[in-house]
Amino acid sequence: MSGTAHSAVHDENYQPVFVGDAKAKLEALFSKYPTKQACLLPALWMVQEHRGWISERAVGEVADVLGLTPAFVKGVVTFYTMYHTHPVGRHFIQVCTTSPCNICGAEEVTKAFLKHTGCGELGATSADGRFTVIEVECLGACGFATPVLIDDDFIEGVTPERVAGILQGYK
Amino acid sequence: MGYPHPSHAKETPVLSKYFGDAGARTFEGWVKRGGYEGLKKALGMSREQIIEEVKASGLRGRGGAGFPTGMKWSFMAKEVVKPHYLVCNADESEPGTFKDREIIRWTPHQLLEGCAIAAHAIGAERIYVYIRGEFTPEHRILTAAVEDAYKNGALGANVFGSGRRIDAVVHRGAGAYICGEETAMMNSIEGKRGNPRIKPPFPAVAGLWACPTTINNVETLSAVPHILMRGSEWYKGLCLSNPKSTGTKLISVCGHVQKPGNYEITMGTPMKELIYDMCGGMRPGRSLKAVIPGGSSVPIMTAAEIEDCPMDYEGIVAKGSMLGSGGMIVMDDSTDMVYQVMRLARFYAHESCAQCTQCREGTAWTTKILERILAGKGKPEDIELLLDLADNMTGKTICVLSDSCAAPVVSAIKKFRGEFDAYLSRMKRPATVGA
Amino acid sequence: MTDLVSVTIDGMTVQVPKGTSIIEAAKQAGVLVPHYCYHPSLPSPAVCRMCLVEVEKAPKLMPACVTTVMDGQVVHTDSEQARKARTGVLEFLLINHPLDCPICDQAGECELQDYTFQEGRDSTRYGDYAKRYNPVEDFGPDVLYVANRCILCTRCVRFMDDVARQPVLNVSERGDRAYIGIDEGQLLDHAWAGNVVDLCPVGSLISKDFLHKARAWDLDKSASVCTGCSQGCNVMIDTRDNTVVRLRPRPNLDVNRHFICDHGRMNYRWMNRGDRIEAPLLREGSRHVASDWAPALVRLGELAAKGGKAVVLASGNASLEALGMVKALLKSSTATLAVQLPMAESEEPLGGVPNLALRRERAANGDGARLLGYSTDWQAAVKAASAADLVILLDVTLTDAEAALVGGAMAVVVLGTLLGQELPAAQLILPVTTVAEEHGVFVNRDLRVQRYQQARTAPGLARPAWWIASEAGRLEPSTAAEAFALVANLVPALAGLTYGDLGLTGRVVRAAVPSPQGA
Repeated sequence: MSGTAHSAVHDENYQPVFVGDAKAKLEALFSKYPTKQACLLPALWMVQEHRGWISERAVGEVADVLGLTPAFVKGVVTFYTMYHTHPVGRHFIQVCTTSPCNICGAEEVTKAFLKHTGCGELGATSADGRFTVIEVECLGACGFATPVLIDDDFIEGVTPERVAGILQGYK
Repeated sequence: MGYPHPSHAKETPVLSKYFGDAGARTFEGWVKRGGYEGLKKALGMSREQIIEEVKASGLRGRGGAGFPTGMKWSFMAKEVVKPHYLVCNADESEPGTFKDREIIRWTPHQLLEGCAIAAHAIGAERIYVYIRGEFTPEHRILTAAVEDAYKNGALGANVFGSGRRIDAVVHRGAGAYICGEETAMMNSIEGKRGNPRIKPPFPAVAGLWACPTTINNVETLSAVPHILMRGSEWYKGLCLSNPKSTGTKLISVCGHVQKPGNYEITMGTPMKELIYDMCGGMRPGRSLKAVIPGGSSVPIMTAAEIEDCPMDYEGIVAKGSMLGSGGMIVMDDSTDMVYQVMRLARFYAHESCAQCTQCREGTAWTTKILERILAGKGKPEDIELLLDLADNMTGKTICVLSDSCAAPVVSAIKKFRGEFDAYLSRMKRPATVGA
Repeated sequence: MTDLVSVTIDGMTVQVPKGTSIIEAAKQAGVLVPHYCYHPSLPSPAVCRMCLVEVEKAPKLMPACVTTVMDGQVVHTDSEQARKARTGVLEFLLINHPLDCPICDQAGECELQDYTFQEGRDSTRYGDYAKRYNPVEDFGPDVLYVANRCILCTRCVRFMDDVARQPVLNVSERGDRAYIGIDEGQLLDHAWAGNVVDLCPVGSLISKDFLHKARAWDLDKSASVCTGCSQGCNVMIDTRDNTVVRLRPRPNLDVNRHFICDHGRMNYRWMNRGDRIEAPLLREGSRHVASDWAPALVRLGELAAKGGKAVVLASGNASLEALGMVKALLKSSTATLAVQLPMAESEEPLGGVPNLALRRERAANGDGARLLGYSTDWQAAVKAASAADLVILLDVTLTDAEAALVGGAMAVVVLGTLLGQELPAAQLILPVTTVAEEHGVFVNRDLRVQRYQQARTAPGLARPAWWIASEAGRLEPSTAAEAFALVANLVPALAGLTYGDLGLTGRVVRAAVPSPQGA
């Protein structure tokens, strides 16, 4: 079961992401696109993998590294909903509730997650910092209702009864 | 095949033959199953020959638009002046649709082979496979398959010794349904907000980085190796109704059927057969109420309307809806149509890119009206208002997300008016909206 | 010879160059297609959807801003379909737009108000649903972003990206949550950033300087030319009750397109100064005594007629008429003419527009002065003044050292605006009008001869300097137009020009003898 490392909530002592291996990995991407700008989405994924979210400072770093402006990068970050612009729980839970799953009980599954994680409401992080639960739009697994994405794990056929057991695996 | 169920006799497993077969995932496994012969054959053909073959097969875009694929490829310049690009649309986000992920999960090399043939046909040396960010296992599988393909000469500077260069890059999306629209996808690959572009210019003239580009769906590209191997006549022959709809279509059936899953049917298969024979019909004690045949953006059909509906492009249009992506959402009599239309409107409101006024404001307003109706606070004029807004949202924007929000609303009001009236007249108790 | 195509718009057929958009072709046909995101000086994204028009044979309504005209096309901008589409867009824009008109500066010059009044619905169907809320943001130094009023036309973003070339603005979020964001910790302090306020069709981006200062319908507007530098941007002076409250760009596609820089924009407060010389002052013994014009003009005429060595020290913002008529007045003298041109360190270009910048030469009429033979060697002229028979100061403030030198002249005449310009030694101190209070002409750095018009009445007895010279010298001109015609004939490059030739967008001339170009 996967989790992600999180940086401190306050970014006063910001450590750059693109050093060493990460830098090499990003630079290896440059040859795959005619512009550095095209590496923006991959670069943002790398930031989120390393830090768990994308801070203002990180936006500035990515802008620097790719020769873009912070305003531009921020505009992109806020467009795509999978990028977090603030820290979230150690394990990020996304439950699909769009119509095909909705008619197969997705909302009950969501309620079960809210209950068993102790998050209380959607978007909130549980008191112990372990979980954040959100509703998302169609995850593209409609025949396997209800699909749930926890960190990078795509779990299908989730029912309210399975929720407690699933959560065991995420510390 | 009816993955995850065993293949049904009435199916025509071509693309889905190896769904569930983990051995098909590797290069060796795919070759053992006859893979990459199509590409080898294509490498010995000219661009024009491949395009003619695909044209003759009648293959049409399987992502939703149904545009003839061979014709789309023929729009690419004969002479390569600026680099040509192929984009594979693996952004599968249309509610109800879950077929492309299966193709990638079980037979990534089928897709890569199709991409390589297409790239060769359009004069492209580079393929970008845009895969939605949420498809995490598929992304891993596809990335591994690309490496595998390079190792074995199916991609790279000299594909299968032909002297032809074909590269593939897997590009991961980050949560935006609108990026499935071809021009928005190009903007996303270029590292921008996923805003659809105005056309003209068309992608074949000025697409990625203003260079000629072709964008094709996963399922479309996956059909190509088979057409090359078995011939356009064979593919054209897979046709049970209208000769303009040939080949097979993966239908992702979900919702209230006994056996939801992906079913590969010959074009023209009657919808009733799919739902009742292949998918095992309704759950016990339930009756069919509605079917959205092609992903949530197409008009809703009633149980009566699917009675004799051949599943192909023309057949479903004749019944007032569209084949679209083939994402079939089946709803039985337990479904609250008003609630589900609200949930769909909310989907579109969430996904709107914000460029066009009608879409940005209209999708959200439509959602609010429906929520209020469900809360028991609707007004009689709300129906007219919803229809008027839908009219203002149709045919007036850069892309069709706005129209896609209007379609289920209009069809639901037309065909399930009673359910709306029940809420408006307070005959029905207010629904609790959300989790 | 460009290819022309023929198009019929609302029944009027026009010929336009191939590649013209329907919206621009419509202007030729006298039709304004309502729009928000389109702007002739910005790239077109076609997002507001307001300009949708009906094109015969096209299956859908077409956005006029990005659809190019085809030969023989027939367009209807006011058909039932087009009108319904526009009413629809207006309704959608208004559902989240706050009812701020009573407190919004844009009222009276707001395109949302205008089009809604024209063809919007007369009542809302949105009822009491909540409107989206975003807090007001200070984009600084002069710009406020009232996010709730924003209609997301993105003109501001495109201006900063493509024209100012300082991409600090973006569109943040998606769907109806979208708003305009600015780089963290950045300000809109680009030298041309203030233009976003003009570009904003509604009261979302507003000027702090103009905040709650005046209602648009109370304003009188006059065409003028900015005195901030030698670029000669065309401006509109907005006054209320004779007070200048705002400067805005006046479109001139050949000079400043639709823009002015912030330095010029803020350069208007001095026009309202009250510490003005208001009456002619004649030296009687050791005092100055106020008088009517008649005796003052007589005395000036006498001084000029005496001949001898004359020196004129003139402001770089003196009009061509003033500079020329003063020169004409001194026809009996050997005249040394000098103009004061303050120079700044560097210029501030507007990258996206060719040949447009806040120039180093911070005066409007340096090249007008040069054409008339005025030198820029101020030091030499001041030195010559100390031994001159007659020195005429034209709206300049001297340093103490300069004043001491000038005091050495036989007679000093001050044609001044501000009280600080009086010199105790002066024979005559005569009140003159500023650029805001007279008609006149400036010549910009590209030798474009441009008219400016009077925007407010002059205080007291102040009169234009050309009039003073004309009266004192018993010369012909009694109107600014006549003064210009006379002065124009003093310069080969301007010979024969009249106000009629200049219109309100000016005319470029070629110098017969290449005069040294200003900075």
